[in-house]
Amino acid sequence: MIIANGKPIEEVLKSLEGHKKVAVLGCRGCVTVCLAGGEKEVGILASQIRMAREQAGQPVEVLEGTVERQCDYEYFEQVKDIIEEADAIVSIACGVGVQGVAETFPEKVVYPGLNTMFMGANLNVGVWAERCQGCGNCVLEISGGVCPVARCSKSLMNGPCGGSQNGKCEISKDVDCGWQLIYDRLSKIGRVDSLRNIIPPKDWSTSRDGGPRKLVREDLQLESGK
Amino acid sequence: MKAGSNLEKLLRAGEFVATGEIGPPKSCDANVITHAGEMLRNHADAFNLTDNQTAIVRMSSIAAGKILTDMGIDPIIQMTCRDRNRIGLQSDALGAAALGIKNVLCLSGDHQRFGNHPMAKNVWDMDAITLIQTLDGLRKGYFQNGEEIKKCEPPKFFIGCAANPFADPFEFRVTRLEKKVDAGADFVQTQCILDMERFERWMELVRERGLHERCFITAGLMPIKSAKGARYMQKNVAGMMVSDEICERLEKAEDVKAEGVQLVVDQINYIRKNIKGVAGVHIMAVAWEEIIPTIIEKAGLAPRPKVS
Repeated sequence: MIIANGKPIEEVLKSLEGHKKVAVLGCRGCVTVCLAGGEKEVGILASQIRMAREQAGQPVEVLEGTVERQCDYEYFEQVKDIIEEADAIVSIACGVGVQGVAETFPEKVVYPGLNTMFMGANLNVGVWAERCQGCGNCVLEISGGVCPVARCSKSLMNGPCGGSQNGKCEISKDVDCGWQLIYDRLSKIGRVDSLRNIIPPKDWSTSRDGGPRKLVREDLQLESGK
Repeated sequence: MKAGSNLEKLLRAGEFVATGEIGPPKSCDANVITHAGEMLRNHADAFNLTDNQTAIVRMSSIAAGKILTDMGIDPIIQMTCRDRNRIGLQSDALGAAALGIKNVLCLSGDHQRFGNHPMAKNVWDMDAITLIQTLDGLRKGYFQNGEEIKKCEPPKFFIGCAANPFADPFEFRVTRLEKKVDAGADFVQTQCILDMERFERWMELVRERGLHERCFITAGLMPIKSAKGARYMQKNVAGMMVSDEICERLEKAEDVKAEGVQLVVDQINYIRKNIKGVAGVHIMAVAWEEIIPTIIEKAGLAPRPKVS
């Protein structure tokens, strides 16, 4: 899922300076699961804003709403009223949701309440780690199910660089060497010899490097009749 | 002969080579390069020019290499994959060849987190292995995309790479070198050897696969100035191994600098006598370049052979 983390409250308050009525908008998708932008966090952030502004002698009315998914724009219908009432929106969805608000309500000011971080897994209570960079051309079949693009600090494709030692990456003793993980996995499944092959330079055109990406599935379009 | 650099000629003539390293300045002061060139000329066969080493902005290795070329000194320009994509790398390689530079050492490059611009975006469009392959393609007349180089002879490169016997996974280190040789590497410079036993074990595996017969392997050596420095590298520098024996030898020494020099001299003698398949030494006297002539002299490697 998409992992996000709350922006420092000072940053949110700064963006809301001068606004009299704001709406905090949550999302029941990924950010609810990673405890950053669900209904509960909407309540917390709304209270923080109210209290801070009250203390500063600049009270503000804060409306609250949470939709199923801010990346499916039809759900905004449910919160249309509060959005129209507010003069600014703080979306605590991922960056997709913030842009969803902006696209759906072009006349409204919208601020991000979270920093969208990565696509990752929940490893432990309060711990998430990056697992995919969405390069658009999955190579996990050759790397034993461990992604070199996301998990090697240099996205190298031909094995660990000279900075890999004791299973750790040269950038930090807290970061596992992605290629050591790949090596270990391939050893376990009896495929370590495959690392002998030279992997040619990756085609990055399917990644962000190819420009903003869009997926159109005509099969689904035909089915839905749209 | 691939490019006919001084380094290549000596290696092919079977000479035990000695190369050095010059770190370009954090400025546009060409005198730093000419000064180092004058001081080290004739004391080694070719000199590496580092490419923004440890991700600190410095004068370009190609520009610095051109300065040495003009002085009649053989440069080995380093090229890392950190800062340039396949377009920039090929363009710079063609430029280097146009300027008369022949030796190119292909590296992945240190992560920018260590450098003086840790907020920079990195590239790594290619890795060291595919960079070698790309330069090998250029000298065969083809760009990385398969397009032919037209209206001109292809550039000539003597392609180098690094190998780190001290990184992990140990068994993969020889495979990685094999990939580099398959990709087209002609010569190798190893990471600084500060653990001779591990280097010997690695060389055994190298010889088992016959890699010493497919490329020229030069042993990386580093004179150390301080015992503290040795311990620091032992504990904190990723990809380096420093044996306790070396640390203790420096710790006990009265004159640590002299001991550091003697250590490298002993290593050179040991390697020449005992380790088959090593074609020369690469001396990385970081911020201590002026010591190179002394080491070469003491190791009995002076005067450097001449080739036409």
